[in-house]
Amino acid sequence: MSIDADRRPAGRGRCTAKAVVTGIGIASPIGLGPTQFWRAALRGEPGIRPITRFDTSGYWAKIGGEVPHFEADRHLQGKLLPQTDHMTRLTLVGTDWALRGAGVRPNDIASRDMAVITAATAGGYEFGQREMQKLWQQGPDHVSTYQSFAWFYAVNTGQISIRHGTKGPGAVLVSEQAGGLDAIGHARRQLRSGTKLALTGGIDSSLCPWAWVAHQVSGSLSRRNDPATAYLPFSRDANGFVAGEGGAILVLETEESAAERPGTRIYGQVAGYASTFDSRDPGRPPGLKRAAELAMADAEVDPADVDVVFADACGIPEEDRKEAAALAELFGPYGVPVTAPKTMTGRLFAGGASLDVASALLSIYWSAIPPTINVGEPDPAHELDLVTETRHQSVRVALVLARGRGGFNSAIVLREHR
Amino acid sequence: MTRRVVITGVGVVAPGAIGAKAFWKLLTDGRSATRIITHFDASPYRSQVAGEVDFDPVREGLSPREVRRLDRAAQFAVVAGREAVADSGVEFSSIDPGRVGVSLGTAVGCTTSLEREFVVGSDSGRRWEIDQDYTVPQLYDYFTPSSMAAEMAWLVGAEGPATVVSTGCTSGLDSVGHAAQLIMEGSADVMVTGATEAPLSPITVVCFDVIRASSTRNDDPGTACRPFDRTRDGLVLGEGAAILVVEELEHARARGAHIYAEVSGFASRCNAYHMTGLHPEGTEMSDAIDMAMAMARADASDIDYINAHGSGTKQNDLHETAAFKRSLGARAYDIPVSGFKSMIGHSLGAIGSLEIAGCLLPIQEGLIPPTANLNDPDPACDLDYVPLVAREQRVDVALTVGSGFGGFQSAMVLSKVEGTRS
Repeated sequence: MSIDADRRPAGRGRCTAKAVVTGIGIASPIGLGPTQFWRAALRGEPGIRPITRFDTSGYWAKIGGEVPHFEADRHLQGKLLPQTDHMTRLTLVGTDWALRGAGVRPNDIASRDMAVITAATAGGYEFGQREMQKLWQQGPDHVSTYQSFAWFYAVNTGQISIRHGTKGPGAVLVSEQAGGLDAIGHARRQLRSGTKLALTGGIDSSLCPWAWVAHQVSGSLSRRNDPATAYLPFSRDANGFVAGEGGAILVLETEESAAERPGTRIYGQVAGYASTFDSRDPGRPPGLKRAAELAMADAEVDPADVDVVFADACGIPEEDRKEAAALAELFGPYGVPVTAPKTMTGRLFAGGASLDVASALLSIYWSAIPPTINVGEPDPAHELDLVTETRHQSVRVALVLARGRGGFNSAIVLREHR
Repeated sequence: MTRRVVITGVGVVAPGAIGAKAFWKLLTDGRSATRIITHFDASPYRSQVAGEVDFDPVREGLSPREVRRLDRAAQFAVVAGREAVADSGVEFSSIDPGRVGVSLGTAVGCTTSLEREFVVGSDSGRRWEIDQDYTVPQLYDYFTPSSMAAEMAWLVGAEGPATVVSTGCTSGLDSVGHAAQLIMEGSADVMVTGATEAPLSPITVVCFDVIRASSTRNDDPGTACRPFDRTRDGLVLGEGAAILVVEELEHARARGAHIYAEVSGFASRCNAYHMTGLHPEGTEMSDAIDMAMAMARADASDIDYINAHGSGTKQNDLHETAAFKRSLGARAYDIPVSGFKSMIGHSLGAIGSLEIAGCLLPIQEGLIPPTANLNDPDPACDLDYVPLVAREQRVDVALTVGSGFGGFQSAMVLSKVEGTRS
């Protein structure tokens, strides 16, 4: 039996290794890659537009956040195209960019020291819809040989692992829109148990008719089809959200691993993480505040240390009220700048919270807070310092919140790296 | 201080057996519960065999609202969950709900409902633009399987960390491994975990048909899944759920709980090789085994039993046999190995948890379930696969492994806890 004695047994004994982000890959409705995305975010560019991917004439919801100008065949080998859904293609390209940005080349890090931990909500449902249509219209012999894996929730982790030869832990977490934080929190957990580097986050897409009807019946989508007034979190006019596609993949590694590549840019540190679940008992408080408290305790920061909160910003009045109340209890009324750049992109499901982590890291790195667009004045009842114009200021600690349908709450604390 | 994690409650919904005791009886008898598919007309398909659960949700205690709201996979999870909770004896109303979490495995979520609604909304595939007038209100919850983790959390009023772990066919090991990790690191004291799957729908059957992974032994469905047998011809799909209550050891001891076993080691690896293929050396499965054993502080001589992945494909049989030899050396030849899929089929994301539940039988009763349908051993598979008949033998430490599409390889070590009934 061969056991590497140097390896710290997983889960036993905490290691204090700092988890730092050295690479960010982004696919979003306002830009591809961190540079394009960040420029657009600071300009407050709107990315919500009429859906072009399919004919929306039969649907009451007609707008969304589509990733524009993405040509998969420019980035991926031909053999990958027939076996991948659109969301997997976006994820693979985002991962390539994240690794390139981190300056990680093949063989820099032993394959078994690299993990892949992604979030999912849908699988490759556009692919799945097409194959089910073939099955039901043309018969079993017409279904793609790739269907068995192209549409299941684990596909992105598997494909990333194969593409980059990672042989460490692999995982996929599904907790609706909180999953994008849970994946990153779980990746940090792996770094505490011997893994040096994790590719983590989520890029999600389900802009096909089959998914669209599911979004429509979720009861969460805005009934307005004007991109400027459809998704207005924390506003008096809040009436639901707009669905979009995209997200971020991060290179998360130990500080020691990053130091082995001199000159590696470090965006910041994932310093704290926690998740909770809401009781259905109306006598119990919602769990978002506790998730934030636990994440801050994990990061050893106080609310007074937090320079900005990237809110979940659901856009459903009751959910906005709950989040604003949690923020007021944690930070006091108007006690911390709060922003929701997802007003530019729509909510991106498994990708949204990961993209917020990327935005928070870019805020730390570039000393600027991107705005919440379209909202203008938030509902004064929320007592929020909502960032509606880009603020150029130092950001040392950022808190990112996310909630998933059903009661999932997650929080991540990011800290500047010194 | 090291926090140890133990299993204190078990609930099972399996082909041929609803309830943990019935499941252990089926395994003891070495009885195959696979048959010709009855859920739908499978005659157009290459493989028409599956391990089906005879499941009446009303008889199993689900309310009319639960029956309406929940996909079959979620129904399995709730039924198995209630059994596990009752079995554990945990009074969830008397412990801090913030210290209770959920980690539920599933590979394909609510596929059966999704396909049913697709057929309606697309008018049997005639239209690409699904008709919005035919969508059911539950469609989004079918769409995103975290809805099933929410159901499990509601079952016990959990307010701690909750998630679905979806790593294909290793989901059932990985979800329990995840639960154990959360308890070890101190994020929870009690976790409701396990996995569920109800994939028996035309799209799932065709997925495995088109890559010729499933058995075509339609004329002899009761013996169709034949791991390690020379005549094996593929996997047999299945369905089911196993839900476990796991908790921190001292938490369990303080309330005098019956302890089935300790989750003493767990590791997962990616093989970075192929989305559906396995290379015959089994290196990454072996690596996962090594890591799980190191975490359990077990060496080869400690392992008394191996629960194999045993899916019934030749590439799997060679892959895991090589992995066992790589990790356990000469000792591999002395350890009994058996595979439960020979009896209940391969329920994708659920099977890993069903196999954990099954491993509690040898640990508790000293009875090793057999590999059914193993009449003509493949000479290339030269370990002791416990053919056909259960074996009485003391088991203190069991190793269970899983392998799945996407390249996932997982291993878990389950150990008898000192001072508990043997």
